[in-house]
Amino acid sequence: MTRPFDVDALLADPDTRIIVCCGSGGVGKTTTAAAMALRAAEQGRHVVVLTIAPARRLAQSMGLTELDNTPRAVAGVSGGGSLDAMMLDMKRTFDELVEAHSDPERSRQVLENPFYQALSSSFAGTQEYMAMEKLGQLSRTAQEDGRWDLIVVDTPPSRSALDFLDAPERLGSFLDGRFIRLIGGGARGAGRGLGRVLGAGIGLASGVMKKVLGNQLLGDVSTFVQALDSIFGGFRARAEETFRILQEPGTAFVVVAAPEPDAVREASYFVDRLTTEEMPLAGLVLNRVTLPPDHSLSAEEAIVGAERLDREGVHSPTAALLRLHADTMRAARRQQNIADRFSAAHPTVAQAVVPALADDVHDMAGLREVGDLMTADLVDTWN
Amino acid sequence: MELWPGVRLHVVTGKGGTGKTTVAGALALALASGGNRILLLEVEGRQGIAQLFDVPPLPYAETRIAVGRDGGTVVAQAIDPEAAVLEYLQLFYNIKRGGAALKKIGAIDFATTIAPGLRDVLLTGKTGEQVRKRDRDNRFVWDAVVMDAPPTGRITRFLNVNTEVGSLARVGPIKNQADSVMRVMRSPETAVHMVTLLEEMPVQETIEGAHDLAEAGLPVGAVFVNMLQAEELPDAALLSDDPVSTSEIREGLVAAGIPERKRGLVKALHKEAVDHATRVQLQRRERDRLEETGLPLIDLPALPVIDLGALYQLAAAIDEQAPR
Repeated sequence: MTRPFDVDALLADPDTRIIVCCGSGGVGKTTTAAAMALRAAEQGRHVVVLTIAPARRLAQSMGLTELDNTPRAVAGVSGGGSLDAMMLDMKRTFDELVEAHSDPERSRQVLENPFYQALSSSFAGTQEYMAMEKLGQLSRTAQEDGRWDLIVVDTPPSRSALDFLDAPERLGSFLDGRFIRLIGGGARGAGRGLGRVLGAGIGLASGVMKKVLGNQLLGDVSTFVQALDSIFGGFRARAEETFRILQEPGTAFVVVAAPEPDAVREASYFVDRLTTEEMPLAGLVLNRVTLPPDHSLSAEEAIVGAERLDREGVHSPTAALLRLHADTMRAARRQQNIADRFSAAHPTVAQAVVPALADDVHDMAGLREVGDLMTADLVDTWN
Repeated sequence: MELWPGVRLHVVTGKGGTGKTTVAGALALALASGGNRILLLEVEGRQGIAQLFDVPPLPYAETRIAVGRDGGTVVAQAIDPEAAVLEYLQLFYNIKRGGAALKKIGAIDFATTIAPGLRDVLLTGKTGEQVRKRDRDNRFVWDAVVMDAPPTGRITRFLNVNTEVGSLARVGPIKNQADSVMRVMRSPETAVHMVTLLEEMPVQETIEGAHDLAEAGLPVGAVFVNMLQAEELPDAALLSDDPVSTSEIREGLVAAGIPERKRGLVKALHKEAVDHATRVQLQRRERDRLEETGLPLIDLPALPVIDLGALYQLAAAIDEQAPR
């Protein structure tokens, strides 16, 4: 049997300092993060929510109209707490990181470098790396001045939820790795020094790189590597340091999914991975769930009733409604099956369900409603 | 009659969760019908196509996965960036030995997982090659190629990779290769289709995506409106705050021979009617916004289960509505 996920207990626990909402694209991560943050704030906590790509109207309703990469107070929060919100600007976060670690002249060199511009705006993993970096910054601010006692993070939309955990490390390893040093050095003379040190294979690879990429790109990379080397210690070390925040006891992961085979499969991978990494999983939030509207009338009975009305040619609105009810009951059954399969594989993972809303969530009232539903313990009414 | 006459590359994109793999599969089936040979490409390594057609994971080799409605075949291929990069090195630079060394120092990893420019050059390059491929009699090998593409948020950058590459490598073989692919992508032989649901955010992304594509000179095809909920009530009811009154429901249930076992049943059905009307109104509102774009819309019904049979149903719906 599924264990209900007590979201309110998680939000109320003063030991909960960071909540990370993960899941594959299109499952409602941003809404879940925003709803949790608002609920926690209205219950008295001082919350900051880091969102990645909110829907425009939702962003507006939270006052996220300025893209200045700093948290701003959200108006209209009741109760004794507070809510700040910000939207991640990955390029700006990267630029600020460079600026914070070097003198103006050197940071200008880096910021103008074509290779850096490509890296900071379009490399795979940069968004995840910068989301993690921003989380680190918020966490330090929270500890230093006590402005926030809870950070809620939405994660970048990616093919796989696992990218959030893997991408920063992958990018960090690349930026610190042999390869970038090789192409950087290659421009100065076909891997001169390196070729001797690392063996003939490298010399060959370096020749290939030169042939494929051309000298100009190698030159840009070289300038970039030299400028960056003196700026701050390794990218990988930095990624690893931020990664450790995720393993601290105050961090809780919330896996978000929709009741569809693909999304639940992704959630499963993610749950397995958290277990392997010994990262604390608080529970699964299943969004856009169809709950059975009324158990007392089965899909089959509803269809029989509708057919009778059709035959007699009376009460066509009720007949239509009965068919609608039958479809909804069947959809609820299918979704329940998908959730049951997840529970069978992960019996210890607590679950909360949020029913599908007829309309989009785009204001504070909508977020409050999602928060209420999330904590209404509806898993049982499903069964 | 041929669907989308003159189009030989169909790129299918959409926001996550809108069902773009399903639509790409159904589109491939629709195009195959009548005896065409269609290639369905996977570029993101998710094995979504294999799951959709219920076949074993796709290898890099071309694999026949389905037949069209009146003959025709759908062949699928998962483009593996690593295999593609090695193939390219051999093909364009005649490099056979360098591959292993590049792999050892992490260069292959760089090209295939970190630098999206290079990775996308490989993926779009392979796609372009398939579109242009001819057999011994100089006929095109594929009547059309359908790509299950990256999501809307990344599609313009993905297809327009040439500019990105151009800014990094202004001359050289990579640039030449990217240029020739861009000629295919920008030509009327290509159509970039967008899959959406009738909800605020996917529609917004579709409108913005179509705008970005057009600005980048990429030809926008149709918008596939997926998982459309059928309208079950008459228009007047749908527009009313009280679509079906509780007294109508109470009398209707009696006439239907359904005893009202619980007091809640009438109330529950009434709420279902209200929710349905709200949902339909949202759908209509969002559909109006899509219509303003002037793009052709293709409606695809919400189906309870997506399996091979459902794909043929969707293919039939596409066949009915596609431009010809």
